Amino acid sequence: MESTAHAFPANAARALTDADLQSALAQLQTGFPAKRAAAAARMPEFERLRDAARDIKDHTLAHLDHYLERYTRAVEASGGQVHWCATAEDARQAVLAICRNAGARTVTKGKSMVAEEIALNPYLAAAGITPVETDLGEYIIQLADEPPSHVIAPAMHKTKDQVSDLFLAHHAKLGKTRRLTEPPELIAEARDVLRERFIKADVGITGANMLIAETGTSIIVTNEGNGDLTQVLPKVHIVLATLEKLVPTLEDAATVLRVLARSGTGQEFSAYTTLSAGPRRPGDADGPVEYHVVLLDGGRSQMLAGEFRAMLRCIRCGACMNQCPVFAAVGGHAYGWVYVGPMGAVLTPLLAGVAEARHLPNASTFCGACESVCPMRIPLPALMRRLREAAFDAGLPPATERSGLALWAALARAPGLYRLGARIGARLLARLGGRAARLRRLPLARGWTGTRDLPAPEGDTFQDLWRERRRARP
Amino acid sequence: MTSARERILGQVRESLGRREGDGSAERAAARIAARAPNLVPARAQVPAAEQVELFLRLAAEVQVSHERVASPADVPVALARYLASHNLPTRVRRAPDPALDALPWASQPLLEVQAGKAEPDDAVSVTGAFAAIAETGTLMLLSGRDSPTTLNFLPETHVVVLRRSQVIGTLEDAWTKLRAHGEMPRTVNFITGPSRTGDIAQTLYVGAHGPRSLHVILIED
Repeated sequence: MESTAHAFPANAARALTDADLQSALAQLQTGFPAKRAAAAARMPEFERLRDAARDIKDHTLAHLDHYLERYTRAVEASGGQVHWCATAEDARQAVLAICRNAGARTVTKGKSMVAEEIALNPYLAAAGITPVETDLGEYIIQLADEPPSHVIAPAMHKTKDQVSDLFLAHHAKLGKTRRLTEPPELIAEARDVLRERFIKADVGITGANMLIAETGTSIIVTNEGNGDLTQVLPKVHIVLATLEKLVPTLEDAATVLRVLARSGTGQEFSAYTTLSAGPRRPGDADGPVEYHVVLLDGGRSQMLAGEFRAMLRCIRCGACMNQCPVFAAVGGHAYGWVYVGPMGAVLTPLLAGVAEARHLPNASTFCGACESVCPMRIPLPALMRRLREAAFDAGLPPATERSGLALWAALARAPGLYRLGARIGARLLARLGGRAARLRRLPLARGWTGTRDLPAPEGDTFQDLWRERRRARP
Repeated sequence: MTSARERILGQVRESLGRREGDGSAERAAARIAARAPNLVPARAQVPAAEQVELFLRLAAEVQVSHERVASPADVPVALARYLASHNLPTRVRRAPDPALDALPWASQPLLEVQAGKAEPDDAVSVTGAFAAIAETGTLMLLSGRDSPTTLNFLPETHVVVLRRSQVIGTLEDAWTKLRAHGEMPRTVNFITGPSRTGDIAQTLYVGAHGPRSLHVILIED
């Protein structure tokens, strides 16, 4: 999809005044985090499972060349085909070629973040092939022509009323002309409409939560069963995945599965975990006759080189965004691209470029909540800090920001000057604050005082207090 | 011109600083050969009888209903009773599974039982299972000529006939049993409750694209 990550400040400002979005975000905060905490508490080994899962991914990434080769051999041995794609454009073309070869008119799609990353739907549509999203959340946002706003709850920003309106607008031509208001009715109507699409689809495209090198297996984890209908009914199954989805063995997959649902939705296990390897076997009554894996690099092979390799451990569970105070304030769309919240604040600059997404690593309070719940223990705040440095080194922040930082750096390196400046500043602000000890307006700080008062400093500076205390308690 | 595969693998090797003979190939091969379990939660590492109860309890938490019967001969009557009590049609599609073939379907003349893959208008399916995993209350089904995958997803009601001896403890036990079974099937389905969605107004509702009801008939063999 087209990135608007460069416009994060404007996107965020708009999100803050969107009442529907704000109520959805408030609900998100009361939902997922508590469910995750309960699931973790129920599993005494949970913290050690997180360590084990991190270690599996670290090992896999350090040996990725070997596991990729082994995986490819295993897929081929089971009758499938792996299509290696360096870029998003290569992946789009590979998918289209498979669809054309199958004479496809419509394709059903299970939820795939990689499909969003490569903007597959508009590409297929332009080629005369109708893509149909089948995950209910993805279906809702496809009708609304919007990108997902959360990795596991793509339509979390949509209210029930908005879904009612969307269904009425798009289903009326199918003879469904009553405006439904109850979620079970809406779900039943979507099931009904999509049933037809499942049965008529020529190709089914799913993502992959993992790829297993040992067996050449792809895994999808869903709750609705849409991913399974997507891959079992059409004659061709395409798996769209990226390099870092590899794990070595079934045992390793089990460990990752144990932390995935618990971290994301707070479920012990999602309703459907499905392993697929190759096309239907001789004698099978159903299943696809062709199995293709479109394996995208898209910049991952370069991320392996440095400290950002840790980001390739991400399993897209959504825990980081569920806990993030910035995400809770602005929602997913503000981030401007496919990946949102703390994981997006790291991944988007790496995949779409620091120049495009330099604001995203600043979209953090550095409270560390994301890292504290990440099942893969990705040091998200530290990586954001590195990306801030990268943006600075590339000269991307505007001159005022850069000279402000330069001034700060000079002061911080001259303790005497810093102390003096702090004393003068504190006294000046205290006087300006007056009896109320609050400042309603301050030059250069309108970003703060535009929406709230700045408390004026009272008494001595921190360093003076510190020194006094040291003297009192030697 | 080198292939995309060679270019991507070349970049991966360069990023990793890969050198010939650094032992990495052997380490990867050894890990796959060892298939060593990682940390396995203690929860399901209990005697077999407790595993059965744990499976039923956790499955019930995710809206799986069950009935216990004494022998395979009791399955058709239990099925007929379940369908009647839920106002479900008596026409069912069952897996062409030899264990299901052998059941005394004729004892329930009202049931109309056909074997095969699921058709779009099938309302009820009956299948066996490869195993049931106590750790998470999960059913495990393998695709194959006796177990079409469509039966697990197309009908609104899915009834699984499970023998007590099929209940195992952990996912690791499942892999051991799967490898002993022989060649990897096209599909391995882990099913933990009927289908559900939280995509409308962040509220969870049971019954999305897959079955709305999942019922286990447990044979106490």
